[in-house]
Amino acid sequence: MIEIPAAIVTASKPLARTAPSRAPRLKARRPPLVERATELAIRVLAYSAVAAVILILVFIAKEAWPLLVSPAIHREVTLAKMWFAQQWPGYDAAEYVWQPVSEIPKYNIVPLVIGTVKVTAISMLVAVPLAVSAAIFVSQYARPRTREIVKPVIEFLAGIPSVVLGFFALIVMASWFQDVFGFDSRLNAVVAGVALSFAVIPVIFTVSEEALGAVPRSYVEASVALGAARWQTITKVVLPATAPGIAASIALGLGRAFGETMIVLMASGNASIVSANPADSVRTLSASIAAELAEVVFGGPHYTVLFALAVLLFLVTFGINYLGDRTIARMKRKMGVSP
Amino acid sequence: MNRLPLLRKSRPRAGDAALWLCTGFATLLVVTILAVILFDVVRNGASRLTLGFLTQAPKDGMTAGGIFPAIFGTVALVLLMTIAALPAGVATAIYLHEYANPTARATRLVRIAVNNLAGVPSIVFGLFGLGFFVQFAGGSIDKLFFGGAKVYGQPALVWAALTMAVLTLPVVIVATEEALAAVSHDVRLASSALGATKFQTVTRVVLPQAVPGILTGAILAISRGAGEVAPILFTGAAYYLPTLPHGLHDQFMQLGYHVYVLATQSPDVDATRPLLYSTVLVLLVLTFALNASAIVVRSHMRRRISSHSS
Repeated sequence: MIEIPAAIVTASKPLARTAPSRAPRLKARRPPLVERATELAIRVLAYSAVAAVILILVFIAKEAWPLLVSPAIHREVTLAKMWFAQQWPGYDAAEYVWQPVSEIPKYNIVPLVIGTVKVTAISMLVAVPLAVSAAIFVSQYARPRTREIVKPVIEFLAGIPSVVLGFFALIVMASWFQDVFGFDSRLNAVVAGVALSFAVIPVIFTVSEEALGAVPRSYVEASVALGAARWQTITKVVLPATAPGIAASIALGLGRAFGETMIVLMASGNASIVSANPADSVRTLSASIAAELAEVVFGGPHYTVLFALAVLLFLVTFGINYLGDRTIARMKRKMGVSP
Repeated sequence: MNRLPLLRKSRPRAGDAALWLCTGFATLLVVTILAVILFDVVRNGASRLTLGFLTQAPKDGMTAGGIFPAIFGTVALVLLMTIAALPAGVATAIYLHEYANPTARATRLVRIAVNNLAGVPSIVFGLFGLGFFVQFAGGSIDKLFFGGAKVYGQPALVWAALTMAVLTLPVVIVATEEALAAVSHDVRLASSALGATKFQTVTRVVLPQAVPGILTGAILAISRGAGEVAPILFTGAAYYLPTLPHGLHDQFMQLGYHVYVLATQSPDVDATRPLLYSTVLVLLVLTFALNASAIVVRSHMRRRISSHSS
């Protein structure tokens, strides 16, 4: 006689009880209420990012709005006065002056725009060649082991809080730069721009490296099969194919540099001077907001102008980032990578 | 990935040597920047870094004592921030990856918003926090519950944390979505084939596998939140407080802001410099530890996934 293992006997019991009684259910049941409620909550929460962007714009624009419509504000400042040179009492000619805290407050933002452009340009001049070259090296030449060292290092560089970079520029780099270049003012556009580039390099590197890694292998193989050397393949095949990606990485870096606050606040000297000399102290749009907002009268002209600067920062970075993201998406589609 | 297959041993060419040298030098320079910053901070900051420094309050006009209130404030800030940012971020990622039709206009709108939120300058978040949370939300709460007395309608811990949560939302969303994308499509099909609803599949099959990725996102968000200063300048951070914050509506001290204060507002720069360096060291160690753990969790996750699929 064959012994039936006990396990099989017990396992077959419940089967025998339930199997014949149920008809197969082919139509999907409506999910229970709890599930539908949670799914609705997920759907609603998913728009939190959209809500955040809209609320940011609405609430900073709301505080800047009186600049356009309020007669009380217009007695001190208008959009025209913010952009065009004015002849102030005691001045010989029309000049661009940012002096919001003085007997006659002067809110011309041209010095701040020049300062922002100077610092951003210097940071990009340093960051773009370094970051793009490093991305080429890591994606094209480096051995896997080197890559495993360099990529986390750059992630760490990205993780350094901007206030620490500002501290380093203010306390250490400013003195080194003064010793080497003999700057008149210790804190200036060069110090701030170079420190700012440390924050921008990881952004450009990461996006460029990703773009370089996304080049289809067939492109490279075709080039090598035609007898091209490695450097010829890189410069004639890989780089042209990734040009949009690298351009986008530069755009994203530019957006970061343009709006960065703590580094320039600490390292730029914060003097609103109209000059092309990179060795002069500068004051940027973002640093002006950070430095001045704590001491203004709520709802006053100065307060309103600072919020208008924030609207300007928001719109410019929004535009730069939007173009960058669109370029990346288009390039990925072209190369057959799902975005 | 993109290394070229070497089909034959080629003669070293001048072009290759030059390009290798230039790009390699740039890489070395970038690595050197990090090394120099770290070396300088560790050399000048390590000697003052004692247990007392971590557990005491600042003394003598911030030229002596420790940074305990700043550490406490930072931890309270990032905890509150995570509580606010994590559910919203994870829900957005689940919606985008599991439910949404990727080509629908609404989905594209959410994606554009997430990408651009990540690019908004941090000082703009600060002004937004002041205008929306402190004045609008706080002011409304005061009017409704406190008869107009200023309780929540001023810079406070809760408003700084919420401002920071909005700032770190994209970090959580991107990391969670990456984690969801890494979950194999087969297990979703298997779950559906067993009769699970979409919701059951997401909560019982997909999400448990995505936990390491969500954790990575939370850690990266905390690391970002611990170091940002501009968003809290006007929403709750204080130069110096004699007591720790008692509640959500109190102001607080924070490590990054403390670095800024010590570096720029100190009447006696030379006296505060040793403390400044040690504070920077603490902040750097904190953010690096967080980033390193995120990298470890993520690489662990990627290894597990690649071993599954092979």
